[in-house]
Amino acid sequence: MTHIEKSFSGIRVLDNVSFDLKKGEVHVLAGENGAGKTTLIKIISGVHTNFKGDIFLNGRSVHFLSPSHAARYGISAIYQEMSLVNSMSVRDNIFLGREITNSWGQLDFNKENEISHEILDRLGIDIDLARPVGFYPLSIKQLIEIAKALVFKSNIIIMDEPTSALNSVETTYLFKIIKDLKEKGRGIIFISHRLEEIYRIADRISVLRDGKYIGTDQVDKLPSHNLVKWMVGRELKEQFPERKSHKKNKTLLSVKNISLNSPNKEHKFKEANISFKIHSGEILGIAGLQGSGKSLLLNTLFGTYGKVNKGKIILEGQNYSVKSPKKSIHMGLVLLTNDRKKTGIISDMSVKENMTLACLEKFIKLGWIQKKKEQRIVRKNFDFLNIKAVSIDQLISNLSGGNQQKVVLAKWFMTQPKVLLLDEPTIGVDVGAKHEIYKFMNNWSRQGIGQILITSELPELLALSDRIIVLHRGSITAEFKRKEATQEKILQAAMGE
Amino acid sequence: MDKHKYSKKTITKLKRLSSLPVVRALAALCFVVFIGMIFNADGAFFKWDTHRDMLRHISVFGILACGMTLVIITAGIDLSVGSILGLTAVLFSLFSIHLGWSPFFAILVCLLAGLGCGLTSGFIIDRFKIQPFIATLAMMVFARGLAKWVSGGQKISTAVLQPDGTYKYVEAPKIFNFINSKIFNENMAVVTLIFLGSILICWVILSKLRWGRHIYAVGGNEEASKLSGIPVTATKLLVYGASGFFCAIAGICQASQEIQGDPEAGMTYELTAIAIVVIGGTNLMGGTGGIGLTLIGAMTIGYLEKVLSINAVGEASRLMLTGVIIVGAVLFQKYRK
Repeated sequence: MTHIEKSFSGIRVLDNVSFDLKKGEVHVLAGENGAGKTTLIKIISGVHTNFKGDIFLNGRSVHFLSPSHAARYGISAIYQEMSLVNSMSVRDNIFLGREITNSWGQLDFNKENEISHEILDRLGIDIDLARPVGFYPLSIKQLIEIAKALVFKSNIIIMDEPTSALNSVETTYLFKIIKDLKEKGRGIIFISHRLEEIYRIADRISVLRDGKYIGTDQVDKLPSHNLVKWMVGRELKEQFPERKSHKKNKTLLSVKNISLNSPNKEHKFKEANISFKIHSGEILGIAGLQGSGKSLLLNTLFGTYGKVNKGKIILEGQNYSVKSPKKSIHMGLVLLTNDRKKTGIISDMSVKENMTLACLEKFIKLGWIQKKKEQRIVRKNFDFLNIKAVSIDQLISNLSGGNQQKVVLAKWFMTQPKVLLLDEPTIGVDVGAKHEIYKFMNNWSRQGIGQILITSELPELLALSDRIIVLHRGSITAEFKRKEATQEKILQAAMGE
Repeated sequence: MDKHKYSKKTITKLKRLSSLPVVRALAALCFVVFIGMIFNADGAFFKWDTHRDMLRHISVFGILACGMTLVIITAGIDLSVGSILGLTAVLFSLFSIHLGWSPFFAILVCLLAGLGCGLTSGFIIDRFKIQPFIATLAMMVFARGLAKWVSGGQKISTAVLQPDGTYKYVEAPKIFNFINSKIFNENMAVVTLIFLGSILICWVILSKLRWGRHIYAVGGNEEASKLSGIPVTATKLLVYGASGFFCAIAGICQASQEIQGDPEAGMTYELTAIAIVVIGGTNLMGGTGGIGLTLIGAMTIGYLEKVLSINAVGEASRLMLTGVIIVGAVLFQKYRK
């Protein structure tokens, strides 16, 4: 495709972008959030039909009118925003819109089951096809989404951040499939924020920045520091800022023999028996595969699922019985959730209103909101966190992922917490904003705040944590000091070996 | 070249302006008023009395719509408003006409009754996680039954049944006449002032109070609200309570206007109240909207009915036209991008 231009309500989001994909190659599309990657692939896959420029498929000019039109030409896409119907079964979702029927027009369940099984096997997951999709966690949903695209034997497959919800084992399966597809001569467009993954899978890399085309190169001719320079437009000296330990000897939070709560009162890890300590100014990393209970652990401590029945939690020397998020926030224990859209932001509200959501009490006098005071304090934090928005009254949904995440971080920081529970703080956040978030975390350590960090990016975990504990099926299998931890050791412990 | 640029800028500005819900709601209102100016029934539309009567007519619906707005912003719905209106109208007449209570007590007890009904709906919705549609549907049926039970199925009027089986006519209490009167040289109905007062109360709640912020938050994303420490249960409970409270105010106004408590009063009023809120532009999905929009919505529906009635359009055509115009107004609200 050449010279693509696209504008949304007068704002040009793509400006003269050209892009090409060869047979049997993986072409990575890189760039920060808001660079226009998603818009570009939505044009390729027929979601956006109103644009300037031309698309050529096998040398012939084409103009897709809808995603199903593009699909007929062998182009299918896996989007960031999931296109699954939660209430329908796994099988029905995989075949949604292209159901297999027999000659009477009846649905052919046997054949659908057979094909589903085969594809899910290749993806390395064994799940009940008749269960509704909503029953499964995010990572399984993402794999089902991928299965959906694979059922269609497309020549061009577009994957928009398919790995953001996957752990390293699942990612390995996915990469194996991608290599398979490559050998069969299919072309793959792949978007990811993880540099390490980009270098594992890419043949060629193209970079967009602020809607402009920056360049394309073979992967071996584009070392990572050059790639980052292309993406952010300046040189980031290091991926992670220098980190000094601010760990003090004062124990902030200690957890003794607690069990894990989970939604729907279903106790997945009956045997769970978790104990650990966190000191003032310390960043404690928690590693573990998807489903190891690491996210449940943070939610249990925060009180998302109500009371904790077993064990003891001591916060600053005082016994703390977990009851509800409200009480935890009051006690200075706050949780940044891993699903920004679903549990982090309120998209109909402004940046300001989102920021003060958890600390509104500070601006209340007899039930009335003191708007001037609110405005003043929000503005201070807004400037401090370097949030890029037109004003504090802008709707949060109009911000990029990285800036939304900064607003959510501001929301929690403004409650003046003692312990910050961070569940994937950099998910769906671009390189520049990630770097800033790392710096904030360092800053908070310096102030004596204890932080517990979960992240599916191991390099990030290794670079930021003072200490790392590893969970496997709801129990701690290993603990490493900063110096002793390596990716291999952590992965081994995470897999229960 | 420069001129072209300028006009383009103006167009973007206009586009942004026209995407504001308030502007869209006002446009619908202006459209209806404009129609009224053309079909003015020999100048009847230009008389203040017409507008005063329109406002008077829409007031009871408007008061119901005030509570409904709060409920809808939390992504709920309240179908019981018409029945609670009927119940409180019956109670108010019973207390003040038959039992001869002082207006103060009669009003207080009625407001508490309305509040109680609303809180009950809210409690059922929150405690048992029953959809607002179902829970308030049940309350709608229940409150209507209660109204009929309390009144014995009869209209509670100034004809009081005596022990010997005869009727004795008593004079309606002064409070009825007051609420039903017009003040400022007959230029403004008291019920309209009560309506505007209700709007003012809701405006304070929604834009000045912490509770209002919580209402928007819960409607926008209940899960995120809970995880931000917002008392979701209390917020929802109070919203339905407030809706019941406004129903009681409307019920008292209705009883005063009819000088009787009709257990059948307020049938299908819930639909008009919802229509007012939606035409104003408050989204049924929750999280957005406002009370100013509801005021505009109420006036749009009021003028629509007024224009049709002063032009002597028959009831059949009037209903059909109203249906068409509701869809038109909502479609108009939807096309913003």
